[in-house]
Amino acid sequence: MTLKAQSTQETENLTATIDNSMIGDTAQSSQQLSYRHAFMLVLKRDLTIAMRHKDDIINPLLFFVIVVTLFPLGIGPEAQTLSRIAPGIIWVAALLATLLSLDRLFKSDHLDGSLEQMLLSPHPIFILVLAKIFAHWLITGLPLILIAPLLAVLLHLNEQSYTALLLTLLLGTPVLSLLGAVGVALTVGIKKGGVLLSLLVLPLYIPVLIFATSAIDTAALGLPYSGQLAIIAALFFGSLTLAPFAVGAALKVSTN
Amino acid sequence: MWKWLHPYANPEVSYHFTNKLLPWLSALTAIFLSIGLVWALLFAPADYQQGHSFRIFYIHVPAASLSMGIYVAMAIAAFISLVWQLKLADASAAAMAPVGAAFTAIALITGAAWGKPMWGTWWIWDARLTSELILLFLYLGVIALHNAFEDKNLAGKAAGILTLVGVVNIPIIKYSVEWWNTLHQGSTVSKLGKPSMSLDMLWPFIFCFIGFALLVAVIICLRFRNEILARNSIRPWVRELIQKNTVNNT
Repeated sequence: MTLKAQSTQETENLTATIDNSMIGDTAQSSQQLSYRHAFMLVLKRDLTIAMRHKDDIINPLLFFVIVVTLFPLGIGPEAQTLSRIAPGIIWVAALLATLLSLDRLFKSDHLDGSLEQMLLSPHPIFILVLAKIFAHWLITGLPLILIAPLLAVLLHLNEQSYTALLLTLLLGTPVLSLLGAVGVALTVGIKKGGVLLSLLVLPLYIPVLIFATSAIDTAALGLPYSGQLAIIAALFFGSLTLAPFAVGAALKVSTN
Repeated sequence: MWKWLHPYANPEVSYHFTNKLLPWLSALTAIFLSIGLVWALLFAPADYQQGHSFRIFYIHVPAASLSMGIYVAMAIAAFISLVWQLKLADASAAAMAPVGAAFTAIALITGAAWGKPMWGTWWIWDARLTSELILLFLYLGVIALHNAFEDKNLAGKAAGILTLVGVVNIPIIKYSVEWWNTLHQGSTVSKLGKPSMSLDMLWPFIFCFIGFALLVAVIICLRFRNEILARNSIRPWVRELIQKNTVNNT
């Protein structure tokens, strides 16, 4: 209860600051600064809330580690088999961990009404949504990338493919957050949106999975994998520019 | 053109228009499908390599291309309903989704039945099969999202956004899967160029294809009519219509 009150209060602070900055802006400074200001405010708010619920950061990470440990138990401990399927396991586990954490992106904000406040604010939704997604990636994607090399060691991943693994995760996990945000925004108003969310989002994740694992496999053979990386980068920039618009439209539908 | 199109935005007008269209479409469907299927299944020559089992081609290929065509049509309807806020476009998108899913399933099942004698297996993780399967998932996602909302207007908008996101993604998914793995035979009915099949096999295919396309149109018209009635059930004209029908029937 107190946490809820806290987050609403933070949103009020945010909207108040945004209002103040708007008044200030019309008086003097340029529009661009205010965009950045709004972005930073939303980002800071989301990170603060996440820091106060640390289990939200740790649980998806734990899930990621546990799913990865299940595979050697199920398939058998032979190093050769494991190193062959390691890229796939790590990436599929990353997809599932991201999926689990997505719900938090808009759900609590929707419940305590701060999402509607945000939509009503004079700033473009694009900026605010982008800030929220970026915060989500910092909270879930970044720890995933940091812990991935450790899991790669456990799975006997080929030594040549560590750079490829890290690069694909670095470019790929933001795509997961961006596409996932569209799914969450669509299902945030529905009572039992959790299962539906995975049904909507997982088919859209397929290209990232294919190119990422293929890049890691190519790297294991000692061949150049810049082609796959370029395509993941293209997916990243494509979703970076298009997904926030879809999220904004979907949020307007969901909050009605 | 706008003046000509504009009356059809009224649900009542388009309901009666669909009503008038239906008998013609059904008659044409019956003609084309009966000619096409009888010709294809009984009289077309057997393939020199695949024997008689190639005849499933006449159902498989129309179903597969229609499954994609319906998705595009659905996306266009979703776009229209999001941009110009036409409620009927919503209704038509809702009418199309299950039909598209059914045709995708038909394409997958007939493909599996064809694959068993030809490739020796029901399923291969091949590019085209996989992308068709993903298309089915997208259809099911759209239908599930549509069912999850109680308010039909909201449901239409949400499903529309998902359809449009999907339409951006389908080419990406298709090519990613294609580069990932491919075994499926190339296209035999190259649309405008010289087809790589003999003419006495091609003609029944054309009849079948048009027949199935018309069948899709008939089913969509029926579902579209029901959608209009369901969404406008409190309007006076719907009541009058139903009362008239019940009087006629008794």
